[in-house]
This record gives sequence, C-alpha cells and structure tokens, in this order.
Amino acid sequence: MATIAKSAAEIARAVNARECSAREIIDATLSRIEAVEPQVGAYLSVLGRQARESADALDARIAAGERFPLAGVPLAVKDNLALEGTVTTCGSKMLERWVAPYTATAVRSMLAAGAIPVGKANMDEFAMGSSCENSALGVTRNPYDLQRVPGGSSGGSAASVAAYEATIALGSDTGGSIREPAAFCNLVGFKPTYGRISRYGLIAFASSLDQIGPLTRSVEDAALAYDAMAGFDPMDATSVDRTVEATAGTLREDLRGLRIGVVKQFDTHKLGAEIDDVYDRALHDLEALGAEIVEVELPTADYGLATYYLIAPAECSSNLARFDGVRYGLRVDGVDVAEMNERTRAAGFGPEVKRRILIGTYALSSGYYDAYYVRAQKARTLVARDFAKAFERCDLIAAPATSSPAFRFKSKSDPYSMYLMDYYTIPMSLAGLPALSVPCGWVTPEGGERPMPLGLQLTAPLFAERPLLAAAHAYERATKHAAKHGTQLPEAAR
Amino acid sequence: MKYEAVIGIECHVELKTASKMFCGCANRFGAEPNTLICPVCMGMPGSLPVPNAAAIEYMIRAGLAFKAAIPAYSKFDRKNYFYPDMPKNYQISQYDMPLTQGGVVRYWLEDGTIRECRLTRIHLEEDTGKSTHAGSGDGRIAGSSYSLVDFNRAGVPLMECVSEPDLRSAEEAVAFLEMLRRTLMAIGVSDVKMEEGSLRCDANVSIRPIGSETYGTKTEIKNMNSFRSVRRAIESEIARQSAMLDAGERIVQETLGWDEANGTTISMRSKELAHDYRYFPDPDLVPMEISEERVAAVRAKMSPLPIDRFERYAKEYGFNIKQTTQLIDAPEIADFFDRTVEVSKHPQQTQNFVLGDLSRLANESGIAIHQSPVSPEHLGELVTLVEAKTINSKIAKELLARMWAGEGSPKAIVEREGLAQTSDPAALARFVDEVLAANAASVEEYRAGKSNVFGFLVGAVMKNSRGKADPAAVNALLRERLGG
Repeated sequence: MATIAKSAAEIARAVNARECSAREIIDATLSRIEAVEPQVGAYLSVLGRQARESADALDARIAAGERFPLAGVPLAVKDNLALEGTVTTCGSKMLERWVAPYTATAVRSMLAAGAIPVGKANMDEFAMGSSCENSALGVTRNPYDLQRVPGGSSGGSAASVAAYEATIALGSDTGGSIREPAAFCNLVGFKPTYGRISRYGLIAFASSLDQIGPLTRSVEDAALAYDAMAGFDPMDATSVDRTVEATAGTLREDLRGLRIGVVKQFDTHKLGAEIDDVYDRALHDLEALGAEIVEVELPTADYGLATYYLIAPAECSSNLARFDGVRYGLRVDGVDVAEMNERTRAAGFGPEVKRRILIGTYALSSGYYDAYYVRAQKARTLVARDFAKAFERCDLIAAPATSSPAFRFKSKSDPYSMYLMDYYTIPMSLAGLPALSVPCGWVTPEGGERPMPLGLQLTAPLFAERPLLAAAHAYERATKHAAKHGTQLPEAAR
Repeated sequence: MKYEAVIGIECHVELKTASKMFCGCANRFGAEPNTLICPVCMGMPGSLPVPNAAAIEYMIRAGLAFKAAIPAYSKFDRKNYFYPDMPKNYQISQYDMPLTQGGVVRYWLEDGTIRECRLTRIHLEEDTGKSTHAGSGDGRIAGSSYSLVDFNRAGVPLMECVSEPDLRSAEEAVAFLEMLRRTLMAIGVSDVKMEEGSLRCDANVSIRPIGSETYGTKTEIKNMNSFRSVRRAIESEIARQSAMLDAGERIVQETLGWDEANGTTISMRSKELAHDYRYFPDPDLVPMEISEERVAAVRAKMSPLPIDRFERYAKEYGFNIKQTTQLIDAPEIADFFDRTVEVSKHPQQTQNFVLGDLSRLANESGIAIHQSPVSPEHLGELVTLVEAKTINSKIAKELLARMWAGEGSPKAIVEREGLAQTSDPAALARFVDEVLAANAASVEEYRAGKSNVFGFLVGAVMKNSRGKADPAAVNALLRERLGG
C-alpha cells in the first residue's frame, strides 16, 4: 500500500510499523514524478537510483529494529542545498555541472531522520526571484494552474509537494522565498528564526537573511521537519546554541488566550474586495477559535522593501564573487585571468543575478557605503524594534503572505513589480523572526478560470516557533482550506 | 642637504595554530600542494567560516606583549577584490574594529639603546593561496603561459601588524623587526620565518630635511625576503630619494619592488587601479566579545617578554648587550637561566656557566641545555657552592661534567665525596709543607730568582690537596713559607 498522498507523519508511522516499505513509498513517488513531471517541471534532477538504494537501506535498518521520525518520507531538496555526489546548480548555468563534495547540515539532519531525497528542486537562479522564472535551467508550473507560476524562489520545492512528487520539500527563505511559493501552491511554508537551522551547505544569497525551512501539505509535517533540522551546528557561526523544544507533539486545537496582532500598516483593502474578504474571514476564524485580535503598528514596514534591496544585494555581490571560473563551475577562457573571470561571469549569471550584484556593489562602494548600506542596516534595526514593540501587545502577528495569488508567466516584466510580491514577507526576514504561511482561502483571479489559493502569514517573536506552529495547526484544523480545491493534475492515489 | 628618513613597517605574520583560521584543515608549511584543503578554505558554494579560538587567543597575547588596547568588541569584515589565489574573491579581515589597537614595540639597538615604535593596530585575517607562474622562465606573471595555485596556505591565520612612522633609519627598522620577531616567537604565536613566508613585510619610506615637521612623499617597498634585504632596500631607497631631492626632482608616491640581485628598488608597474575593497561586516560571522576575564586568563599564562628580560639582564644584572641578546634569543635557555637564578641568586656566575661550560657541553653533545640532565635547581646549587667558596672553579667544572652525565645534585656529590674546599689552616700548612719538603730543588731555584717555579709549586699543592685547597689561600701560604 503506497500511500504517497498521505502526510509525512502517516508515512513514517506506516513505514516504522512495517505496514509498507520505504521502497514502496519511493517507487510510488518516482512513478508519480514520471507521470506529472512533464507538466510540472518541479525538479532539475531526479535521484531515482539513489532514492531506491536509500529506501532499501532504510528498510533494512527498520527490519533490524531502528525507528525514524521521518521514515521513508519522500523529500525534495531545493537545488541550492548541497547533497554530496549530486549536481547542485542553484538554478544557474554557473553551477550547471557542479557536483557537491559534501552535504548540507540541514539535509544531513533530514537524512538521519529517515527522509529520502527524490530530487533537486528548481529555483530562481541563486534564490533571486519570486516566480521561479529566473531559473536558467527549467520552467516550473503551478500545479493548481499550469499557466501560472509556482512562486519563488523555492518554486520547484512548492510545486513538487503540491503535485505529490514529494511529501516534504526543503526550501530557503531570504525575503519570502518559502512563504510566497507555499501560499501560491496551497502549502504550509515555514521559515524558522534566523539561526535555528544551520546554513552550512546552503549556497548563500544573502547570508544575514537566508534561512532553510520546510514546505509541506500540513502544519504537522512542517513541525516534524523543523524538529529534525533545528539545533546548533558548530559548522555555522551564526547558528544559535539554544535549546530547541520539539514542536510536533505540542500542536493545539484552539487559540484560547492568544492575542493575535493585525498590522495597521498592512491594509488589505488595497488588495481588492475578493482578497480582502479572504483575509477578513481569516481573522474572524482566528477569533472564533478563541484568539483576541488586537491592532498593532509597524511604522517602518514600508521601508522594508528598500532596506532589503540594499542589504541582500550587498551581501550577494560579495557572496557570488567566488564564481570566477578558477576552481569549479563554469569556465569561459580568456587571454588572462581577468578576462576569464569576466567572460565566465558574463555567461554564467542571468540578468536578475547581475542586476543584484551591480546594486550591491554600488551600495558598498566607497562614497556610497554610508548613504546606502549603513542606512539600510539602521533601518533594519528599526524594523526589528517595531516588531519587538508590537509583540509587547500580542503573541503572534497575522498578515497576508502575498498581495495576490499566483500570477501568469511573464506577467511581472519589470523587476520592481516582482520585488513588490515580497512586501508582506520581507519585514519578518529583516527582523529574523519565525514566520509561516498557511492556506487561508481561494480566489479566482481576473481572467483566470481556476480558483487559486492564498496564504495567511503568521509571525512569532524570536525563537517562538512552538506557539507559532501550534496556532497554525489549530487554524488549519478548523478551516481545512487546503482541501477545498484540487490541482490541475491527475489525483494522486490515496 | 641632510635628510632624516621616516619609516613605517607593515608586516604579515602567520600564526602557528594547529588548524586554519576558519576551518579544521591543518596549518602546516611544506605539504604537497592542495593536500591541506576542504570545502571551507576552498570557498566551495555553501561552505561557512567558523573562527579559530586559538588564533584569537594568540592575538590577545600579541596585544598584551605590545601593551596594545584590546577592545571589548571586535568583528570580521570582508575585503572584496578578485584574485585567483583567493578562493572566495574576498578576504575575511578586520576593518574598523581590530582585535588590538595601538601599542608600542620597545626595541634595542646594537649599543643597547632602547627605542620605541608605536603600533597603529594588529588585526587578524586569513592568508591567501600561493600562485606559481609557469612558462615565462623567471617565475614572473608577465609572459607566463599558465599559473598554478596551491591552496594549502589559503585560510591560514594571518596577523597584520601596522606601525606608526616612528622609525628613522634602516638600522632602526631592522632592530624593530627583530624585536617583533623575537617577541612573537617568545609568546609562542608564530615561527616568524621570513624564508618560509610566515613573516612578510613591507616598508613605507619617505625623507625630509632634518628639523622638518611635515612628511615627505612616501614610497612602499615590497618583496624583501630577509632582514638583510630590508636593511639594504631601505638604505638604497633613502639614498635614491635623497639624490632625487638634491637634484630638485619630486618623489612619486608608488609601490617599489626590491631587486635583491641588483641591489635596487624598481617601480612595480601594475595596471591595477586604486582598489575599492568595499569592506563590510562579514554576515557569516558574529561580532566577537572579548571579556576582561578572557584577557586576564591569557595574561596569566604569558611567557616572559624579551623586552622585560632585556631590562633585567642588561640593566639590573649588567650583562653586556651581546650576552643579553644571546640569552633572550634562545627563550628556552633564558627560561633555564631565569629558573637557575631563582635558586642561585647570582646572575653573573649563573650566566658564566650557562653561556660558558654548559653551552660548550651542549654543543659537544648535541643536546640542548634545557633538555639535558642538568636541572636549574642543580645548577643553582653548583653556583651557590662556588659563590660560597665551598668548592673552587676547577672542582666546579668537574662537577658540571658529572651533572651533565646524570649524577644529579652537586651538593650531594660534594658532601658524599668530601670535596669541599679546605680552608683549615692546619690542613693547608700540611699540604704546603709536604710539597716544599718533596721539592727542595724547586724551592732552591725559586729562591735563586726563578719566579716561574712558583706556579709549579702551587699546582703541586693543589694536586696534593686533591683540588680541595683554596687556591688563594695556597698562594698566600706558599709566599709566606718561601719568604717572598
């Protein structure tokens, strides 16, 4: 009985109980991938042989009496996470053939918990984008409407789980890259507190913002993945040496006694009546579950985008300097080293990556550093301070995850309109806060035929993952929005 | 015109930690190329740096050694520029919050004069890999057909030490560097070997008319591979600049390379534009907090500093500069010496033994003094025995050889074998009278005016006493008996 439509919790229980083998789960998942991948394009590489071998090895260990919290759970790994022996591209021509010589700590944790990687998921090049359209290596479609983007940058991760080509996907979130595609693909997307999950092996976009997290079809699965990955890693100096309490067993059914803040500056009226209704209803539902809704202010929220688009490009301009053709990855020869560097980078990076490298180089340049980078860092401190103040009045903050549902391909042609997609997610990233998106309703976009999902973004104070997941679980259980509509694909066998 | 030189030194010193600055690879010179590397020091995508705590402790030691301020907060910054032997195309370094600030190097010249050169700062960074250019015949990049890079050195902890322009001559510059070198060696943070590249230095040189308060235009000299070439390069550059000013020419601010073979500085014509390194705080590393407790713990374990030893040996003990320097530059021997003095309380006599007989025994046997069977306690005993005139120098010499052979406490030997010097007048008189009786002919010769026979008689008495007689007392008694 290959139950790939079931949750990670159910799969692990069944595999541990030997009701079905990990191999059966993986075989069924690989069949599903074969069937729907031509339409979805979630993966840049599928790890068929390795996945089967890992499944057999896991089954042998289970037969010998071992048990794993994520036994046999098919895992999609965003292609900016190193997995030893596999091509790890970052969605870029620069690394199209680069084989990672080591495995990211977060991925190792998932492997140790019994999850089995089935593929490397497509993404916007070097995680820069909100639609997956910036991938240099493939197109990923939204399973709920194949004419629409899956979101980004963890677009392949989101599409893989939505299309039942994986049960859990790992993504990375710098300014919304987990939460936005999760909202677009009817998933739970969870970005823990900065420092909770080791970044070792995550190919950096913006080091001070990047954070790994799961995309799943339920809050409980997100909690299981978080429990597997959270914790101090001596290989990452920014990882936090602080006790992590397991979350999966502490999910709750109601929200009594919880104060949920609604941000005055995040006015959902401007998103249109239909979307506004969805978010209004979400607040009512939260209230109905026993939460007290309070208004809070984030006066600096409007500066989030500008702040982010200085800090993130500044860091990326330095982080991506290593791609020079000297040691690994693409090399385009030239008459000397400088020309080789230039030609390699000209050919290897796509337009959005180049744009951000240029912005960042400019922001760090002598004479501009104080005016741009230093001011952006000050603004970042103010954003974090606003949140701290808001959390004096509430336990969680509720906000939209995105300003619209998934849009059509090529509909955001100017970079700024694409950047605006992250308006609601960036402030939390700047403050390093744990935040997730959970399905909260459906709207039929103008000119669209199919209803598309929206996500409610819940944000908690630093390190308060446990109450965050607990509240999201209660909301999810009470509303069951995710189950209301299906994808455009054949149903996965239940 | 008479000019005064104004010189500042910038040097890079590799720290001798067991592992590299930001990863676990071994920090070792001379291994096969690219065998001491990992994803971190190769700048592989996704790898992250983690600071080496030992390197930070070494920096604190260096700061304490030079009386620098050690700020409570420090951080690492990225210095961005493209270079093929720099794996990430940025160097993790320190920009505006170095681990140490200020400080002073107190050094001595050959005549023992103590001078001071202030330090601007010492900061911590990572070393780059090493390029070898092939196909051009002379190892230069110009005309080479390809280059090879060895990344074993990439990520080795590197201390950059910048001085204020307080040096006024090549002699001072070299004495400053020697002092820096012996201090860093003494506190155990580096091997400081110029020939292995663990010390690399550049000099900033300008000249000005004597009495002038303003600085002249400076040039930077690179590529100096020994202290001798530092001295020659600076002297050559001072002469070049003086000749130019005398001829009414202007000095151009530029970077010069020292050409050891031709003994001249040559302009390094580089196409490089003025670099904008775009320093910014490294987001992969968190700011460092250096607590007072941590500094105090390092201070408590500090080895004696060469400058403190210099003041003690040269000023307090009155040793000459050569002996002082000789002792200080062999820190283990200086440690041995210091511990011996604690027992003996007689620095000069102790130094005589250490730099004299003990050094000779060490040279002959190939065993270092501090690793020999002679302990500071036993040598201290020996010095005490000599100083108390319990034994004479001849016996002392014999005892030292036996101690070297492992016979242990000299005091015990003396007591066991009754080797204490005889100053008992009756015993002395007996030794003397026996010799005079047995050598009547020599006595006659002496009385006849052959005064050199006296030495023979002294020797005979000493021999008769089996060396235990006090030679001074023997002399006096013999003269008395011989009536002269």
